[in-house]
Amino acid sequence: MAGGPLTDLSIAEARDGLKAGRFTSKELVEAYLSVMEAARALNAFVTETPERALAGAEEADRRLAAGEGRALEGVPLAIKDLFCTEGVMTTACSRILDGFTPPYESTVSQKLWDAGAVMLGKTNLDEFAMGSSNTTSHFGPVENPWRRARDNRPLVPGGSSGGSAAAVAARLCPGATGTDTGGSIRQPASFCGVVGLKPTYGRCSRWGIVAFASSLDQAGPITRTVRDSAILLTHMSGFDPKDSTSVERPVPDFETAVGRSVKGLKVGVPKEYRVEGMDPEIEALWQKGIEYLTDAGMEVKEISLPHTEYALPVYYILAPAEASSNLARYDGVRFGHRAEGGGDLLDMYEATRSEGFGAEVRRRIMIGTYVLSAGYYDAYYLKAQKVRTLIGRDFEAAFADVDVILTPTAPGAAFAIGEKEDDPISMYLNDVFTVPASLAGLPGISVPAGLDGDGLPLGLQLIGKPFDEETVIAAAGVIEARAGFDGSPAARGGGGA
Amino acid sequence: MSLDKATVARIAALARIRVPEDELERLAKELSNILGWIEQLDAVDTENVPPMSQSTDQKLRWREDAVTDGGIPEKVLANAPAARDGYFTVPKVIE
Repeated sequence: MAGGPLTDLSIAEARDGLKAGRFTSKELVEAYLSVMEAARALNAFVTETPERALAGAEEADRRLAAGEGRALEGVPLAIKDLFCTEGVMTTACSRILDGFTPPYESTVSQKLWDAGAVMLGKTNLDEFAMGSSNTTSHFGPVENPWRRARDNRPLVPGGSSGGSAAAVAARLCPGATGTDTGGSIRQPASFCGVVGLKPTYGRCSRWGIVAFASSLDQAGPITRTVRDSAILLTHMSGFDPKDSTSVERPVPDFETAVGRSVKGLKVGVPKEYRVEGMDPEIEALWQKGIEYLTDAGMEVKEISLPHTEYALPVYYILAPAEASSNLARYDGVRFGHRAEGGGDLLDMYEATRSEGFGAEVRRRIMIGTYVLSAGYYDAYYLKAQKVRTLIGRDFEAAFADVDVILTPTAPGAAFAIGEKEDDPISMYLNDVFTVPASLAGLPGISVPAGLDGDGLPLGLQLIGKPFDEETVIAAAGVIEARAGFDGSPAARGGGGA
Repeated sequence: MSLDKATVARIAALARIRVPEDELERLAKELSNILGWIEQLDAVDTENVPPMSQSTDQKLRWREDAVTDGGIPEKVLANAPAARDGYFTVPKVIE
């Protein structure tokens, strides 16, 4: 520590500093609470939990002093408001869950607390994680701490884990949890200049995470360094009998993959991702990424993923279909919002759901209901499931030849709040590079690799084989080291937001 | 597929979402656009391709059919918009 603010420390540095007694968890937590307050204009947090954070820090300091510190003892974290937290309001940023206080804790957050981490608060997201801009939140949009050079309009942080990505970028927390259904960790990480890691489907338990599309939803970390994502993932992963799709296999210490040699490994570059009209800056960045990996001794191979162009339409059948089913539980009876006024039970359901859900969620529930309805199931839903098989096979074939795949994370940098709002499809296109790996259940990471002409961060994505997060982490570490990305947005905790 | 107002009203009823009459037209257009875009999947040959419902090929596990939780009615009812005497309450459904 060269005398910089405590809030500049990475998770690894904070962990090591706490263990060495260079500062206390209480000092660290107090530093974050004060920058969180100063940066409320970003709207990154929907619930702050200062009392709980301070109590947790005091307990951590006791354990550290007694030499009983656990792996993440005293490290403060933020939790996406999609994870149920016992006794702390959890809303999925929807009016329909306003006031909901879970009587239980999600498995992933419980694992982090069991490792000694301390909760600072809950972060904003697109309503029910449906969005790519964090503008559909019932609690208002999140501002990206980055601004374009010579243009002061507030920008979106990406979505759906926009609050988590913005909070990490602005140094309001050293790391946060996110969830990724079609890109909701990786795309906001790219927009905010931070690292976001979506593990293999089944690696992290979905238990206690508000469900969106259950065959795709995965939790993962958002941090400022690759090492920090590896550290958090180690303590978020693991078999959980309470999630029927949780995979029973050992969890490696992912941190040991950071700095591991990638010499002799093969990186695939899919030609179908070179989409027509691609931003030349993205293309140039991608080329740089290829150079970084080649210089580290990797062999580059062009690969083909022929069904790439169909991934988005498949996703926009399957995800709304699963959502329409998952969101049937919000009926105004057992929890959350209930519409006032007379009428019978059916009136109550319909009024509650039209008041409680925002426009994008209503739209997706209706699309999902339609593609599952009698007479259309085969044409839409079953067809999409079959094309999903083909997309999975594309990756399987490619991974027979290569160890990891390199692509851009998103087709562009962060856009202004309010842009792309008129046309749902143009918003959906944000996820064109992240959705295929989601459909195939593969691990993917976004690592900041440079700035565009407006001074905004851009990320590169690495996609790995099932359960080979380690190669993804090792290769991402190479890009991180070579890109020398200095993640310093204009608006950061304690600075003039 | 172009949806008409009647179809949108039917979907809304199935989804238990109230859509005011004057919004049906706009919603029909929006949903039709999305469905039109989705229909590019028709170009893909899926003859003899099995559907994928989840990406991991593991089988669902069996477990003992045993009670592992419960006895917490207060916690279960704590978030209910309306509850009485240990029950959720809803508008009258039986005359």
